[in-house]
Amino acid sequence: MTVHAEKPLQPMIPAGQAVLDVRGLTVEYATGAEPVRACTDISFTLRRGEILGVAGESGSGKSTLITALTRLQRPPAVTTGGEILFHGRDGAKPVDLVTLDGRQLRRYRWTALSIVLQSAMDALNPVMRIGAQFADVLRAHDRTLGKRAAWARAEELLALVGISADRVRDYPHQLSGGMRQRAAIALALACRPELVVMDEPTTAVDVVMQRQILAQVLRLRRELGFAVVFVTHDLSLLLELADRIAVMYAGRIVEVGEAAAIYGAPKHPYTQGLRDSFPPLHAPLRDLHGIPGTPPDLRRPPAGCPFHPRCARRTDGCDERLPLLLPVGRDAGHEAACLLNETDGDHGGETR
Amino acid sequence: MTAIAASAAPAAGRRLRIPRRWGFLLRRLGFYLAATWSAITLNFFLPRMMPGDPSAAIVEKLQAVSGQQMSPSAMESVQKVFGNPHANIFRQYVDYLVQLAHFDLGISISNYPTPVTSLLRQGLPWTMLLVGVTTVIAFVLGTGIGAMAGWKAGSRFDAIVSPLTTFVSAVPYFWMALVGLWFFAFQLDWFPLSGGYDADLSIGFSPSFVLSVLHYGALPAATIVFSAFGGWLLGMRNMTVTTVREDYVLLAQAKGLSGRRVMLRYAARNAVLPNFTGFTLALGHVVGGALLTEVVFNYPGIGYLLYTSLQQRDYPVMQGVFFLITLTVLLANLLADSVYVLLDPRIREGG
Amino acid sequence: MRTVFLRSWKVRIGLAVLVFFLLLAVFGPWLTHSVFGLDPRANDTSAISQSPGDGHPLGTNQYGQDMLAQVVAGARGSMYVGVLGAVVGTAIAILVGVPAGFYGGKVDTALNFVTNLFLVMPTLPLVMIVAGYLQGTGLTTIALIIGFFGWSGGARTLRAQAMSIANRDFVRAMRMLGERGRRLVFAEVLPHLTGLIASMFLHAMIGAVMAEAGLAFLGISDSSSISWGTMIQGAQQQSAVLRGLWWWFVPPGLCIALIGTAAALVNFGIDELANPKLRAARPATVRRTKQLARTGGAA
Repeated sequence: MTVHAEKPLQPMIPAGQAVLDVRGLTVEYATGAEPVRACTDISFTLRRGEILGVAGESGSGKSTLITALTRLQRPPAVTTGGEILFHGRDGAKPVDLVTLDGRQLRRYRWTALSIVLQSAMDALNPVMRIGAQFADVLRAHDRTLGKRAAWARAEELLALVGISADRVRDYPHQLSGGMRQRAAIALALACRPELVVMDEPTTAVDVVMQRQILAQVLRLRRELGFAVVFVTHDLSLLLELADRIAVMYAGRIVEVGEAAAIYGAPKHPYTQGLRDSFPPLHAPLRDLHGIPGTPPDLRRPPAGCPFHPRCARRTDGCDERLPLLLPVGRDAGHEAACLLNETDGDHGGETR
Repeated sequence: MTAIAASAAPAAGRRLRIPRRWGFLLRRLGFYLAATWSAITLNFFLPRMMPGDPSAAIVEKLQAVSGQQMSPSAMESVQKVFGNPHANIFRQYVDYLVQLAHFDLGISISNYPTPVTSLLRQGLPWTMLLVGVTTVIAFVLGTGIGAMAGWKAGSRFDAIVSPLTTFVSAVPYFWMALVGLWFFAFQLDWFPLSGGYDADLSIGFSPSFVLSVLHYGALPAATIVFSAFGGWLLGMRNMTVTTVREDYVLLAQAKGLSGRRVMLRYAARNAVLPNFTGFTLALGHVVGGALLTEVVFNYPGIGYLLYTSLQQRDYPVMQGVFFLITLTVLLANLLADSVYVLLDPRIREGG
Repeated sequence: MRTVFLRSWKVRIGLAVLVFFLLLAVFGPWLTHSVFGLDPRANDTSAISQSPGDGHPLGTNQYGQDMLAQVVAGARGSMYVGVLGAVVGTAIAILVGVPAGFYGGKVDTALNFVTNLFLVMPTLPLVMIVAGYLQGTGLTTIALIIGFFGWSGGARTLRAQAMSIANRDFVRAMRMLGERGRRLVFAEVLPHLTGLIASMFLHAMIGAVMAEAGLAFLGISDSSSISWGTMIQGAQQQSAVLRGLWWWFVPPGLCIALIGTAAALVNFGIDELANPKLRAARPATVRRTKQLARTGGAA
């Protein structure tokens, strides 16, 4: 039973309706004399039940994006521009999460938008039993729920990810790594959210467990219909999982499109580099290449395209003009920010 | 026993937790017993390691100080501490251990023939009252304010309280006591200058006596609290700042729990662990902790007893006090370990 | 790398105060003597127990000795005990802690037992009793005793650090290549611990200054030598508090408090720089963040 096998079942979800609309999101860090931009002008739309993969190296701004989306950022990070429009299930007017104050925000937390963090070991309170960590959020959003009922619900949720009910009284350190991670996913689904943000939830577990978890995420998405923003540095993993993929570099989205298009016909040299640095999970093995150089220092971003110092295909103008995110290729919704595409026009095919 | 449990079915493995905890505590208990034995042995050998015949030298000195001949029984008391160079040292050591086992700490030289234990019994309640109460107050106050400062780290409250506390906690506590005594008792005349109670009243549980104890104790208590709470505050503040940025606090916030619950159940509950261990250890220092404050205020506790015995070179009393202090410190350490096992489910072994 | 720490105002102020007192300890007595003509031991019989004023900026004691000169001379005495005590204590901590952590096994079991023993022993009463047995102790003896009984905390920290370094790949690799243990300790492990040892030394120095003051206050010190502790003790013996002679005990205590604060500031500042979580909580960072949120960024 591979992850792939489950993908065709996905059209049960009503497509087309947006659940999240991010417009021009900019996040800066108030460190030193000059603020540092960690995310610049991020825009994307997430449809109901869709899985959007966000890929990028460390330092590309993907973690910053997560804390901004979930309004969990701490000093010195500040959202200085843009909006995050959330469309509720009830069809009411969308709310801009950026402008909500703490009290208003609490109503949306976990019931509309939940999160799975990278390491469940760190994300679960070490001195509280697993069940208690489910019960407190369940009861916080449903005042009528009794303590006993909340713990029973915790057992059901754990069963959902294949953890036996008696584990509910365990402390986090008593679970195995994979179990903890699955418990964290079950926890994220406790209040039936419409959107789950996942921050590399499978980096801390082995490959076998990784496959199991991804399969579970796909199954649960099918059953419960939530949308996912899945952030990772592993592009090949997203191919297995995501409907669409956005590639980030130096705080910007440099390419976005259908997963197959991004993987099969990447239009940005960085996306190509990223693809070629990981072995594919299913496709036959090919030569792996790393991307030479390191991501730019965001305090002093290079002029023009931020990728040009590392780019093998840079041409005149790459160090002067910042390329815009423009439609490319044959597929609808495929966009890339690279001068090569602007000058080449729309020749299609892989730019290799 | 652990080996048997480990080879049992996986379901039994979950019952392993408790024996493991006990194993940890038993190991610690073994260590504290060894430490107690070391302290006792140190207490025995220290005076005997001095060159020549120390007891003769001490007797000479004491006679010079008091200007009168020492009674033979007092002499014996001195020899018990310093050893008789002519007697078998192993024999003396065994005698010493037997004595201790009966809680016989010898006889005071300066208050001959009062047993050391009865002197300790007189001083102990005063110290327990003064230092015990102030240790608790300082801990609660410091930890509470520290948690607030750490939760709102970088705020104006934090920016004022934390540096100020850094200064306050760097002040030697006996000097704080001196300045407090000078200002509040001498200049303002709000409090009595020395002692633990009004000497004109008879000791008992009469309201006027209790009031006088409170009146006499207030200033020393205040100076101890003032110089002790800073340490708790800074420790708790920094732990809170670090804990607040842990993923589980972030997740608690993402869950939409109330700010109060996030702060208490997630941040403070974890941040307080090291401070709480420190607190149980501080309880062990109750007996010997505020030595100098008692001296400044002539407070009739254990610290003052040690001070006077030091002044009069009353070695049996000095040793008795040291023995008592060591014992309480070790007991508190054992308590700290047990509490930690209860508070932190992660603990299994190590130490 | 090292100058990075000077970026924090806490470290700068703390170091400035410490350097000031070190200079005062080294050159101060000479300065007060030859420039101001004040001698800490000269008896001015015309001014006994005089309050601060003309001729004696900090007043005089019961012998008519100038208190300013005494405070300066006391700086030398206290700093001497502080530095010597810290050297002894830190040296023992290194000798016990680093091998314990680096070699592990039986060496660790034995050394760790000794460390834990000293950790749970009530130090002050023990030092009092030992110093009490050794009659007529000078500042050097006091410093040695303080160092000898005050190393355990540092040794525990160093043990943990050395253990983590010993398990790092590069050290393991060098061991496999046949590098001898002792050379590894000196060439590879100790350099990694310099920052920690420096911070420990600072802690130990303050601890020793305070311990000396406490011991002197109890009368366990050489009353003929001048330190801040003996000054406070002299004040206590003469019932300075009950006579309102605040200038006998306030200045030396304040000096101790200043040094203690300075050391705490240095350590606090280094902590903030070394621990990103604490750094994010600095008022300056929070202020800048609020400002950025208000202005909406450079866009």
